[in-house]
Amino acid sequence: MDVQFTPEEIAFREEVRTFLENEYPAELRGKYSRDEYSKEDFLLWQRTLYKRGWGAPAWPKQYGGTGWNATQKYIFQEECARAETLPIPPFGMSMLAPVLMAFASDEQKNYYLPRIIQGVDFWCQGYSEPGAGSDLASLKTKAVREGDHYIINGQKTWTTLGHFADWIFVLCRTDPTAKKPQEGISFILVDMKTPGVEVRPIITMDGGHEVNETWFTDVKVPVANLVGKENEGWTYAKYLLAHERTGIAGVARSKKGIERLREIASVELDQGQPIIRNPEFAKKISELEIDLTALEYTELRTLARESQGKGPGPESSILKIKGTEIQQRITELTLEAVGVYGAPYFRGFPKDGDNMFPIGPDYAHLAAPMYANMRKTSIYGGSNEIQHNIIAKMVLGL
Amino acid sequence: MDFSFTSEQDMLRDTVAKLVAQQYDFDTRRKVAKSDAGWRPEMWSQFAELGLLGAAFSEAEGGFGNGPIEAMIVMEEFGKGLVIEPYLQTVVIGGNFLRHGGTAAQKEELIPSLIGGETIFAFAYSEPKSRFDLNDVSTTAKKDGAGYVLNGHKAVVLGGPFATHLIVTARTSGGQRDAKGVSVFIVPKGAKGVTTRDYPTVDGLRASEVYFENVAVGADALVGQADNGLSLTEKVVDNAIAALCAEAVGCFKVLNEATISYAKQRKQFGQPIANFQVLQHRMVDMFMAAEQAASMTYMVTLKLDEADKARKMAASAAKVQIGKAGKLISQDAVQIHGGMGMTDELNVGHFFKRVTMIESQFGNTDWHLRRYTELSAS
Repeated sequence: MDVQFTPEEIAFREEVRTFLENEYPAELRGKYSRDEYSKEDFLLWQRTLYKRGWGAPAWPKQYGGTGWNATQKYIFQEECARAETLPIPPFGMSMLAPVLMAFASDEQKNYYLPRIIQGVDFWCQGYSEPGAGSDLASLKTKAVREGDHYIINGQKTWTTLGHFADWIFVLCRTDPTAKKPQEGISFILVDMKTPGVEVRPIITMDGGHEVNETWFTDVKVPVANLVGKENEGWTYAKYLLAHERTGIAGVARSKKGIERLREIASVELDQGQPIIRNPEFAKKISELEIDLTALEYTELRTLARESQGKGPGPESSILKIKGTEIQQRITELTLEAVGVYGAPYFRGFPKDGDNMFPIGPDYAHLAAPMYANMRKTSIYGGSNEIQHNIIAKMVLGL
Repeated sequence: MDFSFTSEQDMLRDTVAKLVAQQYDFDTRRKVAKSDAGWRPEMWSQFAELGLLGAAFSEAEGGFGNGPIEAMIVMEEFGKGLVIEPYLQTVVIGGNFLRHGGTAAQKEELIPSLIGGETIFAFAYSEPKSRFDLNDVSTTAKKDGAGYVLNGHKAVVLGGPFATHLIVTARTSGGQRDAKGVSVFIVPKGAKGVTTRDYPTVDGLRASEVYFENVAVGADALVGQADNGLSLTEKVVDNAIAALCAEAVGCFKVLNEATISYAKQRKQFGQPIANFQVLQHRMVDMFMAAEQAASMTYMVTLKLDEADKARKMAASAAKVQIGKAGKLISQDAVQIHGGMGMTDELNVGHFFKRVTMIESQFGNTDWHLRRYTELSAS
């Protein structure tokens, strides 16, 4: 056991750092911290990574993965967080792709996977419905087979970045007579340009447009777009969710978040002193950072097990719960730190650098919206209460 | 970066686990804790025979292993049995004082006899008014010819009744709370002028109040540099904290397993109480706290050789995490066991008491949170 990097690992870190300094597209710089992004931004970053051969670090080599070990992946994550690059949206890369690799036909793999890694297609997720959240198996969207096609009718919701998406993977009910809710579900890929697909924005309390409702009205999809077997979709859906949880801890990004919080707290004044010198506030930062250290080592243990071929152990189920609690806490303390300038609302307002009198420091502009926005993290990806149920059942055998 | 254990380390864990399972069952431990002696010297000899006392020393030092990782393994397994014998005091604290501060002569004299089981240490550092501050030392050591004369009172010296030697912090110069002027001495417990009052602790261990009255020691009793013993002491205590965290992790595992198995067999309202979601989620929180504590124990163990600031922050972070986890796990374990959790007859209460004492040993959660916060601002 040791936590020192080998000379090779240090050289690798330098290589990543140099790449990010030189090749991270100039027009994307600063966008992550301003929470500004377009579909083209995400795809550009993906294409940049692909060009370097780093398009899909987590994929097996045969599909274009890097063949990196756990430490290298960890270093790569750390460096991307440090450079504040845009994240890679998970929908195609880490949710759909593992399902395709495990269950899709060769034809499907050969078509879809390269388009994900090459930054051609933007994917979104069609799981949740108005009546099916944590109880996902109660979904109602129907796909009825007619010759070589399915006709899909129904409504999905919380479709993150659906307004950017070229494709959506949809869980549909294909056998309405099945005895259990988990049976009779199929996993179908739908081109968002198909007539009858309609995306309607949902504006969240932070004022942002991130999620959508996606409506399906007599959407005609070729049977060739079915993944795996008809009515076996629940198995694939669960497989996808298991993959969704890995990497959800967001340790490297949270480290950067605490670093920013410390910077802000070093200039924001409280009774004439930087608020970081207020013992009450400083203690809150310490507790948060200590929690993050524990999470980091829990994640490292998980990665070590995976790289020894043991698969994620019970400790991996902690990552989602603790990771999201920490992400939320960072935004909460940031909002606390900025004081009165948490109030002004800037969405759709003139950008930084205009000629008007400034309204508070730039770092305060997003503090309240980010705090509001991050409440989502303990709800999505299987709410944290559902994660408790999973651990109780799968790990503790209760 | 590597999180795997060597095959020797795996074997060490098996050896200790087997020993604890076979010879440290709960009833035996209870009897030993209540006996006059309060420990089993023959158990200590067995530790020596099995090589446990040498596992945290390198071959060059006369041992069979490496250091902190071996100590972590032994302490975690000992934690599962609430082992009483003073491994922490002797191997981790005594051993690290010798490794990091001892002269060649001191090492040669004391390490082989420590590994052989003949030399047993206790660490006399805290004082009635010092609380958790290692620099707060009013016990004095006055220079007298080539040697020193010690006077003072050391409080709650764990394992004091079992020890052959005391490691004593004493002031050779400066005021009571000055960082400079603290020195470390090894004093045979039988030295003239040393008196002890021995007593049991709430968690089934033994401790002593130790009084030094004109205790004369030679220059060769000094460990490390005169007046500059504080940083050595801090380093050794951080090693002890890592080992203590490992012991706590062992305790957490037993508490969690006991709680889950009890909840599965205890029936109320016609069903096992494990079926109730409100209890399931509490047990998941206990499980997560134990895993995070295990992660922190690895973290601090792997950072013990880093520069002072990084090492201290690691130790304090771990102690904070373990302190909080300990409260949550031990309190919920008693709660979920219901009335049975309150009894002396069940192991849960005994683990509860040990975990509670670990929280304040070498600084409690608040103390370490403050140290961490101060260091992160420095």
